[in-house]
Amino acid sequence: MIKQQRESAANSVASKSLGGDAWDRLKRNRMAQIGGTIFVCITLLCLIGPSLSSYSFDEQNLAYGAQPPSSAHWLGTDDLGRDLFLRILTGGRISIGVGFAATLIALIIGVSYGALAGYIGGKTEAAMMRFVDAVYALPFTMIVIILTVTFDKKSIFLIFMAIGAVEWLTMARIVRGQTRALRKQTYVDAALVIGSSHSRILFKHILPNLIGPVIVYTTLTIPAVILLESILSFLGLGVQPPASSWGILINDGAQKLDIYPWMLIFPALFFSLTIFALNFIGDGVRDALDPKESK
Amino acid sequence: MLSLIARRLLQSIPTLWVVATATFLLLRLAPGGPFDDEKPIPPEIKAQIEAHYGLDLPLYQQYFQFFGNLLKGDLGPSYKYPGWDVQEIIIQAFPVSLELGCWALLTSLALGIPIGTLAALKHNKPAETNLMAIAMIGICLPSFVIGPILLMTFSLQLGWFNPLGWSYAGDRVLPAITLGLLYAAYIARLARSGMLDVMRNDYIRTARAKGLKERTVVMRHALRTSLYPVVAYMGPAAAGLISGSFVVETIFFIPGMGPFFVNAALNRDYTMVMGTVLFYATLIILFNLLVDIVQMWMNPRTRND
Amino acid sequence: MLSLLTQRLQTGCLILLALGLLVGCAEQQSNVERGNTNQELYIGIGTEPSGLDPQLTTGLTEYSVMTALLEGLTTLDAETMQVRPGVAQYWDISEDGLTYTFYFNPNARWSNGDPVTAADFLFSFERILTPLLGAPYAYMLYPMRGAEAFNRGKLTDFSQVGARAVDAATLIIELEAPTPYFLSLLAHNTWWPVHPPSILKHGAMTDRISKWTKAGNYVGNGPFTLKRWRLNSEIHAVKNPYYRAIENVQLNGLHFLPIEPQAEERSFRAGHLHITSTVPIHRIEWYRANQPEHMRFDTSLGVYYYMLNTSHGAFKDPRVRKALAYSINREEITKHVLKAGQQPAYHFTPPNAGGYNAEVRLPHDPELARQLLAEAGFPAGKDFPTFELLYNTSESHRTIAVAIQQMWKTELGIDIELHNQEWKAYLSTRESGEFDILRAAWFGDYDDPNTFLSLGQTDNGNNHSQWSNPVYDQLILDAAIEQNPAARMALFQQAEAILLDEMPFIPIYFYVTSRLIDPAVQGWYPSILDNHPYQAIALED
Repeated sequence: MIKQQRESAANSVASKSLGGDAWDRLKRNRMAQIGGTIFVCITLLCLIGPSLSSYSFDEQNLAYGAQPPSSAHWLGTDDLGRDLFLRILTGGRISIGVGFAATLIALIIGVSYGALAGYIGGKTEAAMMRFVDAVYALPFTMIVIILTVTFDKKSIFLIFMAIGAVEWLTMARIVRGQTRALRKQTYVDAALVIGSSHSRILFKHILPNLIGPVIVYTTLTIPAVILLESILSFLGLGVQPPASSWGILINDGAQKLDIYPWMLIFPALFFSLTIFALNFIGDGVRDALDPKESK
Repeated sequence: MLSLIARRLLQSIPTLWVVATATFLLLRLAPGGPFDDEKPIPPEIKAQIEAHYGLDLPLYQQYFQFFGNLLKGDLGPSYKYPGWDVQEIIIQAFPVSLELGCWALLTSLALGIPIGTLAALKHNKPAETNLMAIAMIGICLPSFVIGPILLMTFSLQLGWFNPLGWSYAGDRVLPAITLGLLYAAYIARLARSGMLDVMRNDYIRTARAKGLKERTVVMRHALRTSLYPVVAYMGPAAAGLISGSFVVETIFFIPGMGPFFVNAALNRDYTMVMGTVLFYATLIILFNLLVDIVQMWMNPRTRND
Repeated sequence: MLSLLTQRLQTGCLILLALGLLVGCAEQQSNVERGNTNQELYIGIGTEPSGLDPQLTTGLTEYSVMTALLEGLTTLDAETMQVRPGVAQYWDISEDGLTYTFYFNPNARWSNGDPVTAADFLFSFERILTPLLGAPYAYMLYPMRGAEAFNRGKLTDFSQVGARAVDAATLIIELEAPTPYFLSLLAHNTWWPVHPPSILKHGAMTDRISKWTKAGNYVGNGPFTLKRWRLNSEIHAVKNPYYRAIENVQLNGLHFLPIEPQAEERSFRAGHLHITSTVPIHRIEWYRANQPEHMRFDTSLGVYYYMLNTSHGAFKDPRVRKALAYSINREEITKHVLKAGQQPAYHFTPPNAGGYNAEVRLPHDPELARQLLAEAGFPAGKDFPTFELLYNTSESHRTIAVAIQQMWKTELGIDIELHNQEWKAYLSTRESGEFDILRAAWFGDYDDPNTFLSLGQTDNGNNHSQWSNPVYDQLILDAAIEQNPAARMALFQQAEAILLDEMPFIPIYFYVTSRLIDPAVQGWYPSILDNHPYQAIALED
């Protein structure tokens, strides 16, 4: 108990250097480095690549549909003769964009909600979590159908609002569970005894300890969002043609795996690498921020 | 404990009411009705059809009618499939999804926990990275990719399994793996991070210092606490699995709730949507309750709230 | 650490063992093998039928199942599509073509042994025409005298409608006007009988929500009866011992499986199905190259077209509409996008509709198109307002739309936006008229050009284009009462010419039904109405 008091004291004193420490640790993590590099490369490629290509992403050449990789088309073409490499890059812009935007929304709403609920406790917490249960039980499809129609904007913005509006729930549940456990930890009691205010406790003691599971869950949410987006497109509610996203490309490719394997392999490769990369980054951040890391 | 359960169950009634009402209103907001068809129906005829289902009544009357029936335990007939009651359909389809969900859950636990735990124990060694990479397959390849890959390899090429259906024991394998891999990945990660958190605790150091074998240390002291985040995840995971994964059930042609659930929304089958939503909502509430109880049992510090 | 690993290994081995056992439990014999031995046909229908009540359903899927369970006064020959006897063994037609007398086959029975009587048909006609039932296809019976009036509520006494039973086995039907295709019309499900005691046992005659169609309750007069119906799983029908021509039926049972197209193709490959409902477009090349004998293409009486909202902005001008139509390269679409031998459509009515072949053609002429567009005030597409092309969510609709979008851009210099909506939302938009262009399709209900050209009439419920031409309307009305077949066809030709001159509908291609069929299946003939009676089918072991 005494040790933990010292620890929290040490934490508040060393708070300035905590960020620096974490950054050092992160830089030393090889997997996170690799992940970071991969992700940055892919993102840059998606941002800049299309303007360097000699094709335009909706340029069809029907007679050259479904061609395997060649010198003219490095990754082959799709059914309509469109350059696959280019489609992957432009699709990446959308998928990565939706992934981040929706996750950010889910993060902000979910963490605040869950931490508050777990901390306040009692009837308020019960009511807040019952609300989460209620919203969670609403059929996702219906919500998205309603949203796309009510606002009558066929834009990507709507898609990641709708996804974000659903993803925050699980985040809130997990955060609340963790907060609840943390709240009961003895060092919180100790901090209260010292006379710390609730918000101080929240920000100095609870939230930092939430970072681990939250970051892990965030890096898992991004790919989940990208997947959700592809299911939406499948239902006709997502990205509109002739634009494409990785989800659409992968879905398409999976059906043709045994006859046009390149249509799945390349998009899936980009997709998987991005996910891998994001996860290693997330792991690295988690390990770096973990205050109990004894290295 | 009993009073807690009773309290939570009572609290869930207003939740269900909110869910039902919200769904009822949302359904009416969406464009298109249950009886629009490619070969369009003259308006007078459409009016007749709607009258049969009471859709010509003012909204509040429909609302009371629905709830009146609900209290009598009647979920109404499906709009899309006349002659079938919503209850009938759910009773037929749900056990299938339940079974699929259970197999998938078992698969995901059987794969996720060992991989995640082992990875944590081999922290900062190459084995950890390899293990986590394997676990990640479930996230990196969505079910509508994994499914066809497994199908084409193990069913069409090797002939070990049927490509679809649910009539034989062996039909469970490929769908369960396809569905479970995603959750196995989540569970592996949560198990790993949970175990890493626990292993740093002082009481673990104490146990080691006492000279206990590593295996005892892990199994008896660390494992239980490390699985805490996994248990927290069980609520959403189980609910998601059992509500029927639309994609897996479509690819493998399994007569579960998934296709009904999604098609009901797309078909504007009002009664079917209401029925499945309420069913789904009740399930989630029960699961969340179960998960909370297990969490409390595992971590006594959160009891007596 | 080692002991932990050992434990893990042990668990792993157990799992593998269990898997091995399950693998052993995989079906040893495929559906096709079993079916061939037992004469049971496994056929994919693509989607779950929304019902099996002949008076309430409108779709082809439902028809393909009901045709096993029910039979009308006449049937169509499997190979030639000629009218053949059904419940009626033979018939008389009066001189003026207005009165038909049907003499029933004494062997015509329901699946519970009851004989099929004229009164059963009267009950069925009354049922479908009663406004309270809300039968969407009641208008199929309008050729019958008084049917329309009764259906619209202007007539309330059914005995005034032109159908009466002379005795239990003789039925007389009187028509409003001579209708040359009437006998083939009788083969449509709206004219089929239902079993009155079964209907009444489960509700009133006009109850829509009734359990009479469930397995165990269903009584029909077709070659098969409904044994088992599990939603999203299977519809199982077995031979009906009371069927009037039971000696001709070779199959013992039918299994209808509502599997979606991608999974359906896989199940065909694995020997799980004899016949599929379609072939996914991207598989066509593969089958053509590797298993051409399994793929069957039949021309179908259906047209795929784009409907224009002629009241919107630039579309008011027929020159604009024609420019859009003339600049589409249909060959490229049918050859490279659809690949199943679909025919590019240079007129609206599909070929061979009841012997009618449209003479007028629209050209593929981008130069002329540009000229027309310029005349209309948009040279090289300058200042042309952007508009939206709507289609319901589907891979092939999207592919075609994207291709056409590209063509319009390249040839005419105009930009359009594509939008897809899921089915119900799309239908709702269509009906509201709030669109610029939308994708549409029409399949003939019967073998006659009227089913297509009537779509252009002002008051036709499917005409959402706001196009109205009184001369056109009159031509169609005249054709309805014209007795002379040659004169009648001439009227249709004139109407078609007007349709193409004003272009409210841009025809794109004529449908082809594509299916995968196991070589064991005998007796499946091409049919433009996609009518394949199961009595004609046998399986080679």
